This record gives sequence, C-alpha cells and structure tokens, in this order.
Amino acid sequence: MKRIVLAGTMLPLLFAGALSAADTINAAGATFPAPIYQKWFEEYKAKTGIQVNYQAVGSGAGIKQLTEGTVQFGASDVPMTDAQISAMKVKALHFPTVLGGVAVAYNVSGVATDLKLSGPTIAAVYMGTVTKWNDAKIAADNPGVKLPATDIVVVHRADGSGTSFIFTDYLSKVSPDWKTKVGAAASVSWPAGLGGQGNAGVAGLVKQTPGAIGYVELGYAIENKMTYADVKNSAGKFVKPTFESVTAAAAGMKEMPDDFRVSITDAPGAASYPISSFTWMLIPSQISDAGKKKAITDFLTWMLGDGQKDCQALGYSPLPAAVVAKEKKQIALVK
Amino acid sequence: MTARNIYRKSLNNLMLTLTGVCALVTVLVLFIILAYLVYNGATSVDPAFFTQLPKGTGEVGGGMANAILGSAEIVAIASAIGIPIGFFTGVYLSEWGGAAFSFVVRYMCDLLNGVPSIVIGIFAWIIIVRPMHQFSALAGGFALSLMLIPITAKSTEQFLVDIPRALREGSLALGATKWRTVASVVVPAARKGIMTGVILGVARVSGESAPLLFTSLNNQYWSTGLTEPTASLPVMIYSHAISPYDDWHRQAWAAGLVLLVLVLIANIAARLILTRGSSPARG
Amino acid sequence: MATIAAVQPQPKKSGISNLIRRVRNGDEVAWAITLLFATSVLVITAMLIGELWIGSAASREKFGFGFLTSRLWNPVTDEFGAYPFLYGTVVTSGVALLISVPIGVGAAIFLAELASGKWSDGLTFLVELLASVPSVIYGLLAIFTVVPMMREYIGPGLKAVFGFLPLFQGPVYGVGYLTASIVLAIMIFPYIISVSREALLAVPREQREAALALGATKWESTWQIVVPFARLGIIGSIFLAFARALGETMAVTMVIGNDMSAHTSLLAPGNTIAAVLASEFNEATGKYYPSALIELGLVLFLLTLILNGLARLLILVTTNKGSARV
Repeated sequence: MKRIVLAGTMLPLLFAGALSAADTINAAGATFPAPIYQKWFEEYKAKTGIQVNYQAVGSGAGIKQLTEGTVQFGASDVPMTDAQISAMKVKALHFPTVLGGVAVAYNVSGVATDLKLSGPTIAAVYMGTVTKWNDAKIAADNPGVKLPATDIVVVHRADGSGTSFIFTDYLSKVSPDWKTKVGAAASVSWPAGLGGQGNAGVAGLVKQTPGAIGYVELGYAIENKMTYADVKNSAGKFVKPTFESVTAAAAGMKEMPDDFRVSITDAPGAASYPISSFTWMLIPSQISDAGKKKAITDFLTWMLGDGQKDCQALGYSPLPAAVVAKEKKQIALVK
Repeated sequence: MTARNIYRKSLNNLMLTLTGVCALVTVLVLFIILAYLVYNGATSVDPAFFTQLPKGTGEVGGGMANAILGSAEIVAIASAIGIPIGFFTGVYLSEWGGAAFSFVVRYMCDLLNGVPSIVIGIFAWIIIVRPMHQFSALAGGFALSLMLIPITAKSTEQFLVDIPRALREGSLALGATKWRTVASVVVPAARKGIMTGVILGVARVSGESAPLLFTSLNNQYWSTGLTEPTASLPVMIYSHAISPYDDWHRQAWAAGLVLLVLVLIANIAARLILTRGSSPARG
Repeated sequence: MATIAAVQPQPKKSGISNLIRRVRNGDEVAWAITLLFATSVLVITAMLIGELWIGSAASREKFGFGFLTSRLWNPVTDEFGAYPFLYGTVVTSGVALLISVPIGVGAAIFLAELASGKWSDGLTFLVELLASVPSVIYGLLAIFTVVPMMREYIGPGLKAVFGFLPLFQGPVYGVGYLTASIVLAIMIFPYIISVSREALLAVPREQREAALALGATKWESTWQIVVPFARLGIIGSIFLAFARALGETMAVTMVIGNDMSAHTSLLAPGNTIAAVLASEFNEATGKYYPSALIELGLVLFLLTLILNGLARLLILVTTNKGSARV
C-alpha cells in the first residue's frame, strides 16, 4: 500500500534527522534584516556546518517566540520594552547587528524626478488627511514638479513589525499630531491604508498598486527596483537613503547605552537619513544547551567581524567601531 | 396559441437556457482555474524545484524540495493519527452504537468538521506547540488529523451502513463472532467506499495552509526531525505569492501546480475506485 | 444425516469466567476499542471548546459583550474590539452568497432537471472538483487575476455605473471586500450546487409529473412545484456555504487588504476574523492580546457552529420529507 512505501522512505530520513538535531538552531524575527541574516547563516553553515533556520515572521512574532521559548534566539528592529523583558523567564540581551534605512517607496507614474517628502507630509499621508498625489503639502515639498491627480494608496504593515516601529517612531518625532493620535509601536492602529505581511508583502503591494506609497527596508526597495523618496532630515536637507546617509545617522549618536536599546531616527547631521535604525538579535542571557550556546556566541563573534563585510552589497550599513567593541564585551554575558 | 401561452413558452425557454448558462459558468470557472494554473505552473516547474532547497529572500533560483518532503511528513503524521481514530469511530457508529451516544458522537464529528481551519491551528498551538516550546511537524500533523477524523469517520460509517444486514447475519449464522464478522466480512465489503473517503480526506488536508501557520511554521532547510519546524508546500505558496519577487512568484505557481495535480489525481482515483468497483452480494 | 443440534441454553456461569469467555471471543475487546476511539473524538472536541473558552477568559472579562461592538483594535493600549472583523466577515460572506446563490441554484436546477443522467453526474463531479482546490491556490490565482481585473475593469466599471451608492465609492485598490467576496463565491459554488442538486433530485417524480400533466411548462413545474418542495434543502445548502465562507482564511487574507477598520464601500480594504487571526496570532504578546485573538476564534467558531447546525437540520428534514411522501 501507498502508506507502507511512504513509511519506508520516511524512516531512514527520520533517523538521519535525529542525528543532526544538535546542529540546528531555530530563530525567528524581523523581516527588515532578513536578507542579510539569511546570507550570514548560509555563509556560517558553509564555514562551520551549523544550521540556523531563520523565519522572517516580523519583529513582534520574533519577540513572542523568544518569550515563549519556541526559538533559540529572536531578532527585532524594535527594542524590547521593559514590560516585555520582565515577562521573560530568561532575560534577553540586545545585540545590534547592522544599520538599515527605511525607504519611503512609491509607485506613481507621471512624476519625472525623485520626490521630496518632509516628515509632516508623510504623517499627513499616513493619517489619511492627504489623499491625492497633487495635494498642496506634497507640492510644497516639491516646488516646480508636476504632480498627477492620482489617489494615494497608503500601504503599511499588517503584522507586528520593527520596521513599523522605526517608521512610526520617526513620525512621532516630526509630527506632534501623529504622536498624540497614533504613537510609535510595532503594531499601531493605522488610520488608513492596506496592510501587507512583512517587508516583502508591503513591497509587493506597492509594486502592484498604482498610486501606492509604502515604507520598506532599503534593501527591499533596491532589490525590487522601486522608486523611493528623499526625506527631509532634522538639518532641513532632503536626503536619499543610501549607505552613506544611513551610516551618517549612527555617527550622530551620542553614546550607546549599556543595554544597546537606542533610537536614531531623526538623527542630527546634514548628511543623515532620518529614518534609520539599528536592528538587534535578541539572545537569551542563559542558554542551557552548551553546544547551542557555543554555536550562538561563535556566530556573534563572527558576525561582528567578517559578517559586517556583507552589509553594503545588500543595502545595509555596518556597525560603528565603538559599538562593535562594546558588543564584544557583552558576548561574555551569555552564560 | 394565445398570447399568454406564447409568453409562458418563451419564459420556459429563457429560464431553462439561463440555468444552462449558470451550469456552464461554474464549469467554465473550473477550467479557467485549471488552465491558468497549468499554464503558469508548467512554465515554472523545473528540475531544480524538486531537488533544491529554497534560496534566501529575493534570490533567484532554488526549489522547494524540503517543502515537498515536509508536506509528505506532515500528512503522513496526520494520516497515522486521524485515519485510525476516524475509522474505528465509524465502525463503532455503524456496528455497535447505542442511539443516544451515537447521536452525540455524530454531532461532535460534524462539529469538528465545521471548525474553521484557523481555529484548529490555534487549538493545536495551545495544546502542543506551547507546552513543547517548539514548532514541529508533529503539531502540524496533529492539527491536520483533527480535520481528517470527521471526514474518515463519516465516510466509514456511511459505507458500512450500506452493507446489507443479510451479509452480517449470514456470517453470524456460520458461527463467527461479531468482531470477526465486522473485520473479515463487512469492512472488506465496504473497503472501496472507505478507501475513497480516506483518499479524499487526505487530499483535502494536504492542501490546508492555515492550520500549519502556527504549528509547523516553516523551514529554510531540511527539517532535522519531526519535532522541528518543517516546510510545507501550502505555507510556501502563501509566503511566496505575497512577496514582490518574480522568481518567488514563479516558484509559487510551480508549487501550486504540484499540489493541485496531487489533489486532482486523488479525486479522480477516488471516483474511479467507487464507480468501477461494485459491492459484492447486494441484497 | 445432519441433525440440527438443539441450541442448549448455556448453563449460568460465574461472572468472571463469563467475562473471560466473552473477552476471549474478542467481541468485548472490539467493542471497547471502537468505543474508546469514538470517545476520544468527544474528548478532543470538548478540549477544543474548553481551550477556546479558557484562552479567551482574560479578554472576555475585560471587554464583555462590548468586544463585539467596539471598533478599536489597538495592541499598544490593550484595547480590542471585534466589530471591524465581524463586519468584514459577514459582508464578504454575504456578498459571496449574493453572487453564488443565483448562479449555484440555477446550475443545480439545470443539473437536476435538465441534464441527462451521465451528463449530470459528470458535470457535478467537475463542479465538486472545485471544492478540492486548496484555499491557498485560490489566493494565489486571485492575486494575479481577480485583483488586477478589479483594479482596472470591475472597480472603475462599478463606480461609473453605481457610484452614487456609498457601496461603490472611494478609490479602487484592487484588493478589498468585493475581491474577497468574488473569490469566496467561487469557492462556495460546489457546496450550493451539490447539496441543492441532491435536494432537487430527492423530490418525488410524481410531483413533476402531476404538474406537467396539468399543462405546466417544464420551467413552471420546476420553479413552482419542485423547487418549493426542495426549498428547505436548498436553504440548508446556503447555510452550509455561508458557514464555509465565514471560516475561509488563506484566500481571503491574500486579497482583502488587511485594513483594521470597517468601511461602507465594497471597494475598500478590510479584514475578516480568520484573516486577522492568521496575521496576528504568531506575534501576540501580553495578557490581553492573545486572549482577544482567541476570543475572536471563539466567536468565529460559535458562528459556524450555529450555521452548520441549522444547515444540517434543514437538509435532514428535506431529504426525509422527500422520501416520506408517496
């Protein structure tokens, strides 16, 4: 019978599987850094044979899975809140991995040059008060540019997202209206728009929907050849998200706090891209399995060294040297 | 012919034609679905799809070999749990059931059958994933088995009840015990129908995606055991379809075609078994 | 010569050896085993209901019945209201029924009354194949066919003709309530057609013949005699299809737009209970968020329970009624 044959082929695989279970680590979290994490894990597997299964399910899900203990480590672009940390049986340590920028991508035909958008304008769009591409606010940011009368289709994240946190954190800083009405979090009550799953889902919706605007991590915008806006920074300059401008945003940071939880949106500096952020791996401070602990700490050391070289090609910026030095000390705190 | 009769006759022709159109529309929809899927899927399937692992986000190439195996594993677990439970429940209802208790069991089967698949996923998460602190193929298989049980029980009971009483009585008259009668006479007589029900049930659950979202999750690599997150075709189709990458779309079509072909084969096979085979000794 | 040995009444044996004999026979064992499995079904189902109830306790205590009417879903402030999702669920399933019931019943009438046996069986088989297509494949197809069609033709077309109605106002996104309804309508065709056809076939031949003998046209006989006779079964099929549509997850979440409020316009994006569970369950943390989601699951479960129960009742009454009449 079919099932006997099936069982027969299954059994050897099951046994083969059981033998190498020790070498697999399960992780879940943000979609923001997923492309570079997956590249890292491929390289690391080729180097050491250790397999890390990383599921890009969103920062919110990553934090939850780590708290529930269903994954060995998590990843998030939004630092865990005090409440979330106190809910954990084993406290998690934040390890910044890369710097990334959130691009404001759009899909509007009939616009000749790259659009310039200021913070309050973006907030108004996402609050639903600006509904057409030729609205006065957008025209004010783009003097002399011919804008079509198309409806704006707002796209945001449907899932709990660190990228959403970075974006709403920025909007809260530049728009008091946004701060009181919506606020900054991984999952907010969006006043308007469609929801996509993951950075990939938002990119997909923006690409397919004429008139759409959405926020995605820079790497996704580049990979999908999307057009994205120049955003006005705190120095008043309209800056495009690039390797240089994201790196400049971190350079403006005063001092990295000891727990590594920091926000660098709307950073000072004429060349800074205002919607930039660190992204973190959330590592439990105690890992009972010695083999897995060594695998994870070795990975962290590698990531802070060779791993940083992969950043630029994928649209991320490497960590500043001071942060790397401080982090290397934190690795010792993983017991 | 009076005007009224002309009216009635024309109305008759019109309405009957309309119903024909309705039937045509539904069948047409089916063909369009199949044709579109076959066209996009056939142009997307390549040998790599069946043999390689998925590549990273947005990278071109790779395949879904781990998802194919993962789906097979999960469905196998679901069958191992769900078919025996469903089968023996069906046997109980048909051969031994007392009126009141059987009514309750049947009602519960119907209830379980009607539970939305996402709610089944939540239930499986609560009682397996959370205590185990692990996403796993086991949890996914368990969730799917909950959907398989009522289908199997119902079809088992249905086909066993159809077997004429005379067959049972003849066997008992020859001195066989009741369980022997059921095992050696009644069940074999109904086996075609039961097998059909099982095949259709397995085909149905192998395409389910929602219950797997919180149970088996997904996996970039071969899953190293039944207690690890496991890739599956339906979940892969979902994540690839909503992505912006053309190559991922291509792979979603390929996966969709593979899944649909399997489901269709199962349905047609079930149909053939049922119509070709004739029950022995009627009446 | 064979004599029929008189079956001697068994001398009364002691309880234990009687039991052992019966067990050795195997009947008791078989009965016990099958009973065990049947009971396990009861146990599992009871556990399911129990876990849903327990898991939603925190949310039920906090929000009470206001949960069903509140429009605010805010994980940050732990305020949860199910109204937008209930609305989306009912609207998408309802519009799906509006689309598929006329076509489905029409097709069922054709298959039961007009098509000859082989054609009827064959076409019904094909229609039932639609039911076996997995939901996620419907979603995949819809993203690349229905959504662009909605955005470019159907949406603007409806706006042009019916734009004065609030139902068809606002921008056309491609995704939204109407797109989800269309996909759901296709998915529930087989349920309506298959069950309605059975109900129609169960109507005794004499009814049709009597009508035709009195001079009715085929249509008049069908519409005025046969269909009313089978109406409970047809209504049952509608409830069944409704229940199925309410619980549909994957295809809906891929085309509904995942917007967290209720909108009047059918062209707007929205959300359904099943879709929001699929999006948010994996990331809900805290005391109330997961509980609110489980409460949503409970609400959905109860809705489908009631509808399915009614459906089964109606179908049962019809098929019995049909065969009972002479």
